Order: sequence, then structure tokens, then C-alpha cells
Amino acid sequence: MFDTLEPHARRAASRLPASTRHWAVRGVHERSERLSVRDDVTEAPSRVVDSGVMVTVVDGGMGYAATGDMSQAGLAAAFERAHELARASAGRTVIDFESIAWPTASGRYASAVTRSATAATLPEKLGWLQEVCAAAGSEKGNGRDPRIVDRHATLWSVQAEQLFLTSDGARTQQQWEFTTPSVQVTAHALGVTQVRSSGGQYNGFCQQGGIEVLERAGFRGTEGPRVAREVLELVGAAPCPSGTMDVILMPDQMTLQIHESIGHPLELDRILGDERNFAGTSFVTMDMFGSYRYGSELLNVSYDPGLAHEFAGFAFDDEGAPAERALLIERGRLLRPLGGRLSQARARAGGFELSAVATTRSAGWNRAPIDRMSNLNVEPGDQSLAQLIAATELGVLMQTNCSWSIDDSRNKFQFGCEYARMVRGGRLAEVVRNHNYRGVSATFWRSLAGVGGPETVVVGGTPYCGKGEPSQVIRVGHASPACRFTGVDVFGAAA
Amino acid sequence: MSPALTYLESGHFEALAAALLQPDPTLERSSLNLCAEASDFLRFNQGALRQATGVQQAYVTVAVERGQRRTESTLSLSGDLAADVQRLQAEHTLLTGQLDLIADDPWLQRPATAAHSRRDERGAMATADHVIALVHEAAAATLKQDLVGFYAAGPVAHAFADSLGSRHWHRVESFHFDWCLYQRADKAVKTAYAGTHWDDAAFAARLDEAASRVQLLARPARTLQPGAYRAALAPAAMVELLGLLGWGGFSLKARRTGVSSLMRLQRGDATLAPGFHLDEAFARSTTPVFSPEGFTRPATVALVEDGRLPATGGTLNSPRSAAEYGVATTGAHGGESPEALHLHGGTIPDTDLLRVLGTGLYISNLWYLNYSDRAACRMTGMTRYACFWVEDGELVAPLEVMRFDDDALRLFGSGLVGLTATPEFIPNSDTYGARRLGSVTTPAAVVDGLMLTL
Repeated sequence: MFDTLEPHARRAASRLPASTRHWAVRGVHERSERLSVRDDVTEAPSRVVDSGVMVTVVDGGMGYAATGDMSQAGLAAAFERAHELARASAGRTVIDFESIAWPTASGRYASAVTRSATAATLPEKLGWLQEVCAAAGSEKGNGRDPRIVDRHATLWSVQAEQLFLTSDGARTQQQWEFTTPSVQVTAHALGVTQVRSSGGQYNGFCQQGGIEVLERAGFRGTEGPRVAREVLELVGAAPCPSGTMDVILMPDQMTLQIHESIGHPLELDRILGDERNFAGTSFVTMDMFGSYRYGSELLNVSYDPGLAHEFAGFAFDDEGAPAERALLIERGRLLRPLGGRLSQARARAGGFELSAVATTRSAGWNRAPIDRMSNLNVEPGDQSLAQLIAATELGVLMQTNCSWSIDDSRNKFQFGCEYARMVRGGRLAEVVRNHNYRGVSATFWRSLAGVGGPETVVVGGTPYCGKGEPSQVIRVGHASPACRFTGVDVFGAAA
Repeated sequence: MSPALTYLESGHFEALAAALLQPDPTLERSSLNLCAEASDFLRFNQGALRQATGVQQAYVTVAVERGQRRTESTLSLSGDLAADVQRLQAEHTLLTGQLDLIADDPWLQRPATAAHSRRDERGAMATADHVIALVHEAAAATLKQDLVGFYAAGPVAHAFADSLGSRHWHRVESFHFDWCLYQRADKAVKTAYAGTHWDDAAFAARLDEAASRVQLLARPARTLQPGAYRAALAPAAMVELLGLLGWGGFSLKARRTGVSSLMRLQRGDATLAPGFHLDEAFARSTTPVFSPEGFTRPATVALVEDGRLPATGGTLNSPRSAAEYGVATTGAHGGESPEALHLHGGTIPDTDLLRVLGTGLYISNLWYLNYSDRAACRMTGMTRYACFWVEDGELVAPLEVMRFDDDALRLFGSGLVGLTATPEFIPNSDTYGARRLGSVTTPAAVVDGLMLTL
């Protein structure tokens, strides 16, 4: 795809004035396919083929220009525009961009793929969705329970490649394949309507890989009947009681808890104030790194771009910096933020020498990179799920996020889940519906009282992390064990 | 002019359509749907430039239909007409082949007749270097304000053509600059300046007015205890509440499958206040009057009339849902969320909002709303920016952020004290993937008993 990008870019760059300090070119080519079967009806297949280039030029200031035209003329125009914006911003920028030492690494990355989704035929894939949709009609996987009013099975597959070049000699090539299966069922009985899904209503079971991701998800085998069984349990369940009690969050709710109340607060560009007009700021300040007690001694949080299958794995970020695993929080103590080369330099200019990580990324060729959370994981502990439950006198085991809200400093939060069971006297009890909990990030993680072992870990994430101006939706990975928290404000539905 | 900009002129889209939409007896219909823009994006932090980006992009969705089958692909275009036609023709051939591989979709429908529309509005944008200099001088150097903001400007074009002869062209040229002036921590005044013809004096006036309001935030902040409060909701806060109502609330499919947040309204278990009139008003907005499938949208779709659902149901109906449930389409997109909400004005004189509030909260902005109980239309969210405690119609103290959790049907039903007389037009400033068109037009509101929880 990028056969001509490098010579075109180098020729266009050669016309930049001698005052130019740095340039970079990032070509992105992405193909995706969305397939959907709803109530046994196949909806129109939809494909996207998206190619373009983002050019960066530093000359006094810094400018970006994006174009879908990858011809010699297109690249020349983009370089010219990026240079114009760089000059226009000279002396008026948040930092002297000419002072930044940009990465010079070269290398490759490719997702581990056993069988690409492109190797399966369209009828084959639609057949799988028909099978899953039909199996979601009842808890036994055959027939149709009259209480089930809507069933939806989807498969979203993406193949992407990126070539990144800079004037400083960096040259990285990365290829990814992403697969996201989902099944969602709605049921209604006696005035109660409930929705249950396999990985969340917003595609929480998402991984790198091909068709084998479906096998890891149990998509074709067990997910349809499981989701049907659980939605039928929910329509017959009582509302969740309200009160202060323990909660056990399963990995597909931990995903959201990590994302909103650890990931976003630790983004260095937020802490630097870039997002205050839109996505918000952070209760975390730069002086907290190295000393702040974020959580209990049981809390260990890693940035891990190399974890197998995880959604946001890569070898280099979009500034070209090599990505390496690092602990952000160790035994509850805050160590480092999520921030790339540019944000680190800005923090340093403000007097803070922070050991951050390479995680500056963009949503596509038409957006400039910003600090993102990429793969952000809670490290497993040593408790089995049975032990977490046994340690809970009164609590709720919650699964799969369906509602999320948090303040612009990422502190006061309120989250809701699809499915929950009460825990009474150390044993799992009845299913309850419409359960929510609320808390404050700055204190919530200190109530972490039990961390599940590796056998409880699920590698998930979200395709829809939104941030930035202009706005960017990006893929994020979160792997987590089940975790137990004490003394949480839990509440149920109005009726 | 760079080649990618060509698709911002209707003649070039016409050339694309002429080349691609040749009569084909094996197909019922082929179509092209274009979304293109040439945008300047400028981010500022502390009055200085953080990022300056120029983006030129054009995407075309090519679709083929035979009987009850449809396949579609969206391609980014280069701007080189010959090269783009070649790629689109290859994709068209691939899609046509796929029609043999899929099953009939009983809910597929297409427009009965060809239709035409044209809207082409040119504006006068400031250049990016002018805005960078202006912000730096005005905010940082002169006013010495901590300005963090975002400027987006340039033309956006949407177009549709099909082999049945339909042709739609919709181009608008606009700018949207919204910014916060920070007094400290999370205390800020948020302001927007949007339009089609940039005016330095108008921008300076907005900036000065915002700077004067920042001083009010210097007072010590007040922390409220959880409980029920009387509150005035500024139009920007109303946009958030109405926007969440639009998340499945008006969707035909959501209504028919029982997951709409307005099911209590549909069942007659709740009513909104008698003066509550809500429309999807395409004719008043910047959104195209045609759908991505080529359906023509009505000028207005009534969603709530006098506090109740209208006889037509008050739903937004995508073509597919309309076929499934046997009603007429409103040209809604697949998600069936509104793009041009219009809440009618009420009886409170615009300048009397705080007087009618009396004592309570003035909420300038809300943030991160979601449903805590969708079936009950119970919402949660946070206050943000310049919210104040008000006593006897006077701003007394800024507020620390608070979470609310309340039944929106009660809030706009028995809890609604009144709406201000003149609705404010607030353009959609979303830029996920592309600059969005559309708007929410809403008055401010005074409500009783807003429940604060954390």
C-alpha cells in the first residue's frame, strides 16, 4: 500500500526551507467489515477502505496537515500546508517545539494472527452470525422464548497498517488485525425490559487477532445461550437493594473502572491542561508522581503494549517512541503518567522530570497524535473468585458495564452494570437488576480488598475511547482480574 | 487548490456520479453518498497554540441494491477523479458480486421516486494564522487569561446521487470556536463564537464578556449537600439533557423493542409539562434534508406536543425500522437519534431567568450524562464550569461540582417551573471522524427538586 509513500514524502520534504528542524510522515491504510444479523435477518454488509497521510513539520512552531491524496502532488501540498501552520504558530506555542528530541527508532510490529478474517468467506461469516443469533433465542440454544424480543449478533473485523518516517531517521512499520464479536439480547416480561450482551453493549470483548478471537470469546459455542439465559434471569429479578456494601467487579466491569478512574486521570496531556475545554482535567497533579497513594497495597497497574492479544498492543507510538511495559502504580503508589515524548518535555519544562511511557497515538491518518491510555491493566493477585466471594459478607457481584459517568476531573463517578448477583454470607445469592454504584476515584481504589488471580483475568478493552479536539475515538485494551472493594455506595432502580 | 478539495464543488461530485451511476439492468439501484471537508483545527492551552492541523478528506459510500439485497462500501478519496472512479468502479463490481452471497433483507426499502435538493452557502473564514495571532494577542498578551479552546473552520459538503436520478447537494461553510477562560482548578467560563462570516470585533466582544464573568468565579466556592434543589438550566446544560433523551428515546426501534427511555411516556404512565413542545426541525438546522440512503426528510417531525407524544408516535424512523414496523420513514439515520432538536420557548422573559429561580442553583453546563435507570428515564451527570449558588435572583458563589441523579420525565413534567421565551440555536460542534452538522435549539429552564447525590 505504501510503495510510493516514502519516495514521495522524501521528495516533498526536500523542498522545505533549510529552517525546518523536523518532519514526519505517517501513512495509514485501514480496511474493515461490519456484519450484522438481527432477529435472524441479515443486514446489509458494510465495508470501509480508508487511506491517507498525516504530515508533521517543525519550523519555529509545529504544523500538521492530513490528506487522502498520497500522490506526489498530494504529499507536496500537505508538506506545504503543515509548514505554513508551523510558521504561523512560531513563538505562540505551548512549548518550543524545536527543542524536542524526537525518537529515532526503527522497527516492525504485527498482530499475532492465526487465521485472518479476510480468509473466511462472506457466507461463512454470515453463517456464524445466523447460528449465534438463533442460539440466543432461548437459554437452551434452540427455539425462541417468547420473552425475548430482540436478538443481535455482530462481527467487526479490521486490518490496518501504518508506515511512519521522520527526518531524524525513524522508520517504523506496523500491522494490526482487530476482531470484535458481539451478541446482545433484549427480553421483556411483566413490565420489565432488560438487555444483556456478551461483552457489553459497546463491544467490550475486542482483541487483536483473526477468527481465533471468536474461539477465545466462546462466541459460536456458548455465548448465545448464556446471554439468553442471563437476560431471562434479569427480567425475573428484583431491583438491586441500596446501601453501603462490598462489590466484586468482574473483569468486564473492571475494564470501565480502570478506564475512567485510572486511565484518564493519568493522561499527561490532561494534567497539562490540554483537555480542559472538552474531555476534562484530572484530579492528579504532577507533584503526586512518586509519592501519592492511589490505592491499597494490592493495587498494581501496568502499561503493557506487548500483552498477547490485547486490543491496543503496538511496538512504537505515533511519535515513533518504542513502547515498553512499565508499572504506573505499584503497591498502591503512583509512579508515572501516560504521556509521550512531547508531553514529557512539557512537564520537564515545568520542573517535573517524569518517567512516562510511549503512548501518544492518533485515531487515524486525519488526526494528530495525543496522549492515550493504550493497554492499561490491573495486575493479577492471588485470590480465586471463590475466595473473593467467600470473603464478602454482604455485597454485589457486578458484571458488564452499561452506564458510566464521571466528573471532568475524573474523580466523582457513577457506574451501572448489566448483570449482578447478591453475595450473602460468603455465597452467591439471587440475581438482581438495575444496579449502580458510585464513589470517588481518589478514595475508591484504597478500598481494594481482594484481587483475583491469573485464572480470573480477561483481556478486553473498548473500541470507543473518546478524547481530543478535534475528537478522536481510539482502541484501548484493559486486562484485569476480578476485584473486591469494601464499603461501596450501591443503589438500585427506582422501582 | 489541492486535488482533495475538488469534492467540495458540486460539479466534481456530479462527474463522479456520471461515471459511476450508469444504467445497469442487473441492479435496482446504485448510489453514492459523499461526506467531504477541508478543515482548519486549532487547539489552544493557556492562550498558546497546542496543535494546528489542516485536514482535507472526502469519503464516498457506494451502495448497490438488487431486489431485497444491499451491500455498501465507504472509501476515502484521493481527489484525482480518474483514480477515484477507477477504485469506485472496482468496489462497485465487488459489491455487485456480493449480492449473490447474501440473503434477502425484508426490511430494505428505497425511495419511490427521484428527488433533488440543493443548498450551497459560502462563508468568510478567517485564516488559521490570523486566528492563532488573534488568540495569542487577545487572550494571552492583553487580557492575560488562561484560555483553553478549540477552533474548527472550513467547508463541509454532503451529497447524494443514485441511478434512479436523485441528486442532492448540501454544502455549508462555517467556523466554531469554543473556549474556556479558567479562573482556577475546574472553575471556568465557557463561551462559543460560531457562524459563517468571521468578525474580529464580534470575537473580541465575546472574549471580553467572558473575561468579565471570570471574575465572579474568584469568590470562595460553596459545597452543597446532597438533596433536592431548585435549579436554572442554561441552554448549554439543556443541550446535554435533551441530547441524552435523544439517545434511544425517540428511536422507533427502541420504542418497539421496549428499551427507549420514553417508554413511560408512551404507556401514558408519565407526562411532560403542558408547555413542553419538542421537534426534530431539519428545516431550521444545518443538517442535510436528505438521508444517506437518499430519502428526503420532512421539514419537521413532532416528538412531544404539549407534554405528550403526538398521535404519529413522536419517533424518528430510519428506512429500515420504518419497513419493519410498517410506518413511514422520517429519513433518520440508522441510530435514529435526533440531529436538529428544537425545544419551543416558554413564558419566562429571557432576562428574568435568575429572578424566577429565586434561590437555588444556576447550572451553566452539565457533563457526562448517562442513564442510571433507562426504563425509568432516570439520568445522572455532573455540573461543570461556571455553576453558581443563587439567592434572591443574585449570583452568590461558585459551586463545587456536584452529581445529579433524577427522573427526567419528572424534571420536565411536574418539576418544570418554566422555559425562557427565546430558544438559543447551538450548533453541533462534534468532530469525531468528521465535522458534524446539526444543532440543538433550546431555551433555558427552571426546575424544582433537582436531586443532587454526590
